[in-house]
Amino acid sequence: MTQKLKVRIDGEFVPASPGQSVLQVARAANKYIPALCYMEGLTAVGACRLCMVEVQGVSRLLPACTTPAQDGMAVTTTSPQLQSYRKIALELLFAERNHVCAVCVSSGHCELQALAQDHGVTYVRYPYNYPRLAVDTSHPRYVLDHNRCVLCSRCVRACAEIEGAHVWDISGRGIQSRLVSELKRPWGEARTCTSCGKCVQACPTGAMAEKGWGVEEMTKHGQVVSRLTAMRGGR
Amino acid sequence: MGKVRLGTCWLDGCSGCHMSLLDVDEGIVAILNKADIVFGPLVDAQEWPEGVDVAVIEGAVSSQDDLKLAQQARARSKVVVALGDCAVTSNVPSMRNGIPARKLLERVYVEGADAKPGIPADGVPPLMKKAVPLHEVVKVDVHVPGCPPKPNAILLALSELLEGRKPDLGSKLRFG
Repeated sequence: MTQKLKVRIDGEFVPASPGQSVLQVARAANKYIPALCYMEGLTAVGACRLCMVEVQGVSRLLPACTTPAQDGMAVTTTSPQLQSYRKIALELLFAERNHVCAVCVSSGHCELQALAQDHGVTYVRYPYNYPRLAVDTSHPRYVLDHNRCVLCSRCVRACAEIEGAHVWDISGRGIQSRLVSELKRPWGEARTCTSCGKCVQACPTGAMAEKGWGVEEMTKHGQVVSRLTAMRGGR
Repeated sequence: MGKVRLGTCWLDGCSGCHMSLLDVDEGIVAILNKADIVFGPLVDAQEWPEGVDVAVIEGAVSSQDDLKLAQQARARSKVVVALGDCAVTSNVPSMRNGIPARKLLERVYVEGADAKPGIPADGVPPLMKKAVPLHEVVKVDVHVPGCPPKPNAILLALSELLEGRKPDLGSKLRFG
């Protein structure tokens, strides 16, 4: 039961048990691996590719959030190659939609913005896509701005796995992917939505926000979502 | 050693980055001890002069005039600095990019006009299809993000450049 695994992260032995992912092991040992789509308490999906790590003996990079810790594993969390790939992933996220930080409710509290700063992204090397995207204001309390969505799917999982309502899904493929509520019904008309706001708290950017806040005013409490799972004993 | 020749201009921006530049307080004295401002909103020169050492450019590139000035500044300057989010990311000016320029002008100047509807053509430069960041039209050497960038970040960037070094802004600045 309490079998321990021998796992090294950046050369150091860290406590690990079967069933834990590399990211969980690293975070428990205070080793920093950046991640955007991962949220404690939700199923890991490996969507954002920021937590890519090098594992000794494996020729390709692996996402730390979906890679189970294994006995004898040696993981490298930072290298020039990883840093360069993470920067590319971040820049592509900025280029894909319209992330205008200057007018965003979440500026200063945004995980994407903070990750860009941590990684020294001072500009985006790729041409911006400038898609024309909708803002769904139909819900009485919340707003969804597709311009700021990074398709991390944290809202989808928070709603389906914790609230049990499963209002959200990702529709379409590739660059046409969009977050949809109740099979493309406007959020305000979604009958399964309980208006609990877990999706809003789980959202890492300003894509989902409470109405009534101005620029830089929307702070989020994602730890509430994580704590709910912990209180249920991980169920 | 002669003084560094410094030029500044704003394209499609709100002048906020220039305000932030002025907001360096007494730091401006240190800058002026080392540099001559040879072009800028408060300088009388009509055209970007030859032989500029450091060009500081605010704003996105939105119109044919912006493009011309950006290209001229690039050709006549050794180092080009993109100052602020509009120059770095195209920021707020790019929010029109999903709408064709013609449609946009009609909406504002024809449908939205109370008197004398009509798209202005006299004395105003034609809009480009999209407002783009400075580095999409000319080579940019230093990016200083922020809306506006903090005065001390501008001061740090300029102090380094006036000493002939490339500033390492790394993780000191964020978008927005």
